[in-house]
Amino acid sequence: MNDSIVSLVDKYHLIAAFAVIGLTMYIAYWLSRHLTAGRLHGSAIAIIIGLILAYVGGIQTGGEDGLADVTLFSGLGLMGGGMLRDLAIIATAYGVRFQEVKKAGLRGVIALFLGVLVSFVAGAVVAVGFGYTDPVDITTIAAGAVTYIVGPVTGATLGASSEVIALSIAAGLVKSILTMIATPMTARLIGLDNPRSAMIFGGMIGTTSGVAAGLAATDARLVPYGAMTATFYTGLGILLAPTVLFLIVRGVMG
Amino acid sequence: MVIYGVALLAGCMLVGLIIGDVLGQLLGIDANLGGVGIAMLLLIFVTGYLKDRGKLPETTESGINFWNAMYIPIVVAMAASQNVAAAFSGGMVAILAGVLAVALGLVLVPVLTGKRTEDARPLDAVPEQGLGKSDVPAGPTRIGH
Repeated sequence: MNDSIVSLVDKYHLIAAFAVIGLTMYIAYWLSRHLTAGRLHGSAIAIIIGLILAYVGGIQTGGEDGLADVTLFSGLGLMGGGMLRDLAIIATAYGVRFQEVKKAGLRGVIALFLGVLVSFVAGAVVAVGFGYTDPVDITTIAAGAVTYIVGPVTGATLGASSEVIALSIAAGLVKSILTMIATPMTARLIGLDNPRSAMIFGGMIGTTSGVAAGLAATDARLVPYGAMTATFYTGLGILLAPTVLFLIVRGVMG
Repeated sequence: MVIYGVALLAGCMLVGLIIGDVLGQLLGIDANLGGVGIAMLLLIFVTGYLKDRGKLPETTESGINFWNAMYIPIVVAMAASQNVAAAFSGGMVAILAGVLAVALGLVLVPVLTGKRTEDARPLDAVPEQGLGKSDVPAGPTRIGH
């Protein structure tokens, strides 16, 4: 009986994911209304519940995809994977005021370059602080602080060890997860309440998953503006990290 | 028909991703350079064009709006399938590098945004009635707000 239910849920995994996420959203919005009087946004609570479940799932299975590695919840991987996520992000652009995009355009581009540079320098400083001296290692860890995709791509290009590549992925994951949690908490402080600052935020932080989730938990109307700049960030990072930035690191480290 | 909206969305996504891919290849990097961002701009222009000509009926719109409204649940599913365990077992180097990158990024947002001027007003302060037809933020974006 139990086995047949498990195999049924496994067979219809995406449908099961819709049900699980729907339930999670309901619980999160209930908690938001009754425990925090609406001060902590329902979607912020839902994302935090998601992250906790991912942690538990990862510990349980030792896999890489959080709760999606648990057979019963494998549909979460498809529902939250790149394909549907990008489709939904693009759909948020429907209703965007192009005027706002144009006005923030130049600052958004500046934020993109500055964002990649600042994250890279932050990662490099930490790597040097922990005693790394090889320019390849430093560049790979620093690239991980850009995003968890830029890190391994840079490491693979430069021939870094798998241990350092794993570190760079971890750095990028910490950045993404922290962004999801810290954005709604600091939004008021940094003036994240209009399309312009959202586009700059997307360019400065860049990690698409973090920016998308962080803005969703802050104010869903800001998502398209932040996501629009953030989606250029990883590409720019992959362009700069193994080339210009690596040469600079090598020059500095002698 | 609802599928027209979904197909329009899918078409914008595919064209954007192809352009992003070609851009990446032109620059010699093995990555999609902003394909999703390009697709978003395409969707804004195409739907704006159709709307101005009254060629975007409500049923077509609802095909786009459905995915718009599914965005937050999809993000929650994404959060639930992140490798959170690995992020925290990466050691202090990984944690500090990630924390420092986020902290510096957040601090610099108000610096780049600059003074609160006309074009950086809070969304809540934007008067709704003064906006053109295609300028009104889509309803379902407000779900979960």
